[in-house]
Amino acid sequence: MTDDDRVFKALADPTRRFLLDRLFVRDGRTLTELESELDMTRFGVMKHLRVLEDANLVVTRRSGREKLHFLNPVPIRLIHNRWIDKYTERRVSALAELKAELEGEMA
Amino acid sequence: MSTTQTQTSTQVYRVYIKATPQAIWDAITAPEWTRKYGYGGSVEYDLRPGGSYRVIASAEAMAMGSTEIMVDGEVIEADPPHKLVQTWRMLMSEAVAAEGFSRLTYEIKEGKGGVTKLTVIHDMPDAPGMAVMVSGGLEDQGAGGGWNWILSDLKSLLETGESMQWQGDAGPPDQDG
Repeated sequence: MTDDDRVFKALADPTRRFLLDRLFVRDGRTLTELESELDMTRFGVMKHLRVLEDANLVVTRRSGREKLHFLNPVPIRLIHNRWIDKYTERRVSALAELKAELEGEMA
Repeated sequence: MSTTQTQTSTQVYRVYIKATPQAIWDAITAPEWTRKYGYGGSVEYDLRPGGSYRVIASAEAMAMGSTEIMVDGEVIEADPPHKLVQTWRMLMSEAVAAEGFSRLTYEIKEGKGGVTKLTVIHDMPDAPGMAVMVSGGLEDQGAGGGWNWILSDLKSLLETGESMQWQGDAGPPDQDG
């Protein structure tokens, strides 16, 4: 797997996106803190954090006896540079408009 | 809610770069390299404990309203090409400059296959303005994308020879004349 593969795989799961969003709001959290916001076993949360760490989206640091989890946005930036910049903003916004229009029709 | 909401004052960034630790060390500490990525300033490092650190703005950054010295500080520990610890004060905004010095650590660790791990740990107690700026929170106002952007640009420069550089609100520099 390439670095990009790992990032896309990590982001392809709602629980992992939720964990990233929680760290975005407040960085440097312990497993216990993150676990308290999810209806999931400690082991399940650890597994998700491991996938995020493997994708370099989460970096852990020791602080005394605690292990703190930090959101690392660099891989997302690299994907943005690689994939979003390539397809010009104009085309992306045209697609976003099309989506909004189609979803409006369906409603 | 019973959870404690102590705001952490530390930001951690990590990037894997296909380059030697020495190349990454040089890219952080040598002005001929720092001019080529991120905010494009020229660093001046006296790489020993207590040594001074300054970043001199490029002409382009000055034209966009940067102060002549963008950042200053003092070296705490220099262990080339593995670890650099220093103080760091942002001078480009008066409000952020007033927040004073933060503590910045670069850790460079060689990995497998010629890939090196670069970790930046930025401790900013009592510096909310600096925290927003270095996290790229003011990028849409032309303030650049902070560490996230600097490090992805550094990776791009070392791996492909190309970088994106800060253009603020001004767009590409005028090449005419």
